Amino acid sequence: GSIVVRVTAFGSKGLRVRFPPLAVVPFGKVLTLNRSGKNQHRFNAYLSVKKFAQERIAPLVSKMDENSAMDEAVIKDLFDQGLMGIEIDPQYGGTGASFFSSILVIEELAKVDPSVAVLCDIQNTLINTLFVKLGTEAQKECYLPRLSTEMVGSFCLSEAESGSDAFSLKTRAEKHKDYYIINGSKMWISNAEYAGVFLVMANVDPSAGYRGITCFIVDRDTEGLHIGRKENKLGLRASSTCPLNFDNVKVPESNILGKAGQGYKYAIGMLNEGRIGIAAQMVGLAQGCFDQTIPYVQQRVQFGKRIFDFQGMQHQISHVATQLEAARLLTYNAARLKEAGKPFIKEACMAKYFAAEVATLTTSKCIEWMGGVGFTKDYPIEKFYRDCKIGTIYEGTTNIQLTTISKFIDQEYNG
Amino acid sequence: MSARVLVGVKRVIDYAVKIRVKPDNTGVVTDGVKHSMNPFCEIAVEEAVKLKEKKLIKEVVAVSCGPQQAQETIRTALAMGADRGIHVEVSGKDYDNLGPLQVSKILAALAKKEETSLIILGKQAIDDDCNQTGQMTAALLDWPQGTFASEVVLEGDKVKVIREIDGGLETVRLKMPAVITADLRLNTPRYATLPNIMKAKKKKIDVVKPGELGVDLTSHLEVLRVDEPPQRQAGMKVETVEELISRLKEAGRM
Repeated sequence: GSIVVRVTAFGSKGLRVRFPPLAVVPFGKVLTLNRSGKNQHRFNAYLSVKKFAQERIAPLVSKMDENSAMDEAVIKDLFDQGLMGIEIDPQYGGTGASFFSSILVIEELAKVDPSVAVLCDIQNTLINTLFVKLGTEAQKECYLPRLSTEMVGSFCLSEAESGSDAFSLKTRAEKHKDYYIINGSKMWISNAEYAGVFLVMANVDPSAGYRGITCFIVDRDTEGLHIGRKENKLGLRASSTCPLNFDNVKVPESNILGKAGQGYKYAIGMLNEGRIGIAAQMVGLAQGCFDQTIPYVQQRVQFGKRIFDFQGMQHQISHVATQLEAARLLTYNAARLKEAGKPFIKEACMAKYFAAEVATLTTSKCIEWMGGVGFTKDYPIEKFYRDCKIGTIYEGTTNIQLTTISKFIDQEYNG
Repeated sequence: MSARVLVGVKRVIDYAVKIRVKPDNTGVVTDGVKHSMNPFCEIAVEEAVKLKEKKLIKEVVAVSCGPQQAQETIRTALAMGADRGIHVEVSGKDYDNLGPLQVSKILAALAKKEETSLIILGKQAIDDDCNQTGQMTAALLDWPQGTFASEVVLEGDKVKVIREIDGGLETVRLKMPAVITADLRLNTPRYATLPNIMKAKKKKIDVVKPGELGVDLTSHLEVLRVDEPPQRQAGMKVETVEELISRLKEAGRM
């Protein structure tokens, strides 16, 4: 079959008019076709998210990647669709759905654009969760409604000198009567360009080591907070990643989220959950790439037959599809364990580690299967290949995941 | 103004799916095939929900006729803003033979039962392309009809409908209760947002059997055979206009 395309154009009244599918058109308009029918029966609600992503986000993906900038309309749409406050209680304007819903949404968005997916992932699994779990009623009432409807949040942990070794962070918060003065800088902060609030991990008592790390709520317009120039990245380019500078930033004591000195615990806790979100992003990325490759492979004829019909191709394709399915199931399993209140950290690490590897494998193979066109920017495949690499790096490098998994195994087998 | 609107929503094979004819030529393959709400029905739902948002009507009731899966289609309508749903349970052979005549009898019966002011339907379904249900429903109820609507304006106890016709646009004014069928340019259906999908889970769907409505589902049509369209033949290049004319004459086309 040919690659089916859906074109959205504007009719004479300026109304969006939908046309029936056209024939083959190169990238910019290639649409993902999810052939895995079995999931659709179970997750019918997510068809709406899929449709939204394919109609509203897909046409903008290439441009956003090239310009290294997220279209503001996309961010607004995510809020309007209720996708930025998925687990927040409706009393605060949120959607009131489950953690698993967040995972499915992130996966669906990643099939179209992993940059959009990570924006949604950070908001839901890191920012919102921290406020919901640790916020005082006053803090919740102040921030949750805005986080649900219009305000993006950023999570600020990493620094130039502390990535994996997160707790050696140097950003300092000095206590004065009823306020703190924060000095330092953060690096690799996602969503920074459009965030209205920053959750900043700073140390109030370096002599206590990591037990001085405290989570501060810092509003964007606070004096002394400078957002640096965004990084020029290989992939996930539409996701803004900036350094931050804190120059005598004054925050009231009431802006501490949770308890002083407990920040390290909160960070680890949230990242354990965030890991599952990243796994979902990687699974969606791989699936989106795969979905756009197979129709081409079915259509391309060499030596008188479809290249799909060569046994070498079939075996490679099946292998990748199986790995993808395994990554998905690891992710869903970790999500379910977490929701059921059972231990899930080892499984979350496994999911994130494996999904990132599978994304790398899938995208790399997809470029090969597409041949020459896979190597051009006219087709969306090369973007997925560039986007996947960060999966083995952020929110806990693969090496960190593997070390963590081994710690659990060590404990399990320690009689 | 009681202002209840009945909206018909049909579950059809998704427009993007490549249709395959069954090997026995009795129909098309539907098992395991992706289904969704008929696009014109989406437009109908959107129009009804818009009227409710403008506070011109009180309640939007989404109706679908079919097997258990028809409830998914109703849920989508609920997620778009319909207040409640009615699932008219039809399955098996009855469902295979369900056509505009049977559906319009069902809708007519429901309209009377539910004290409806307005029935809004899609102009046609993308599977059978019948374009009959709205018209038949109006006839059975002896209600006025405004079909192929590209604009709907409520004016007290009347409704002004601008219809897309071959020659352009025709404006008609109907005294309610009335039947309207939605055409492509009537509106742009909204996406069901995640919060609305969650809310829709709590909305009510009543299940009704056609017998309870006094409707006889007997079909007076028999499908003899379903075939794929003929394969497109290759064209032919000609060198001169004279050759073109002689070829056309040979082929009996002139």
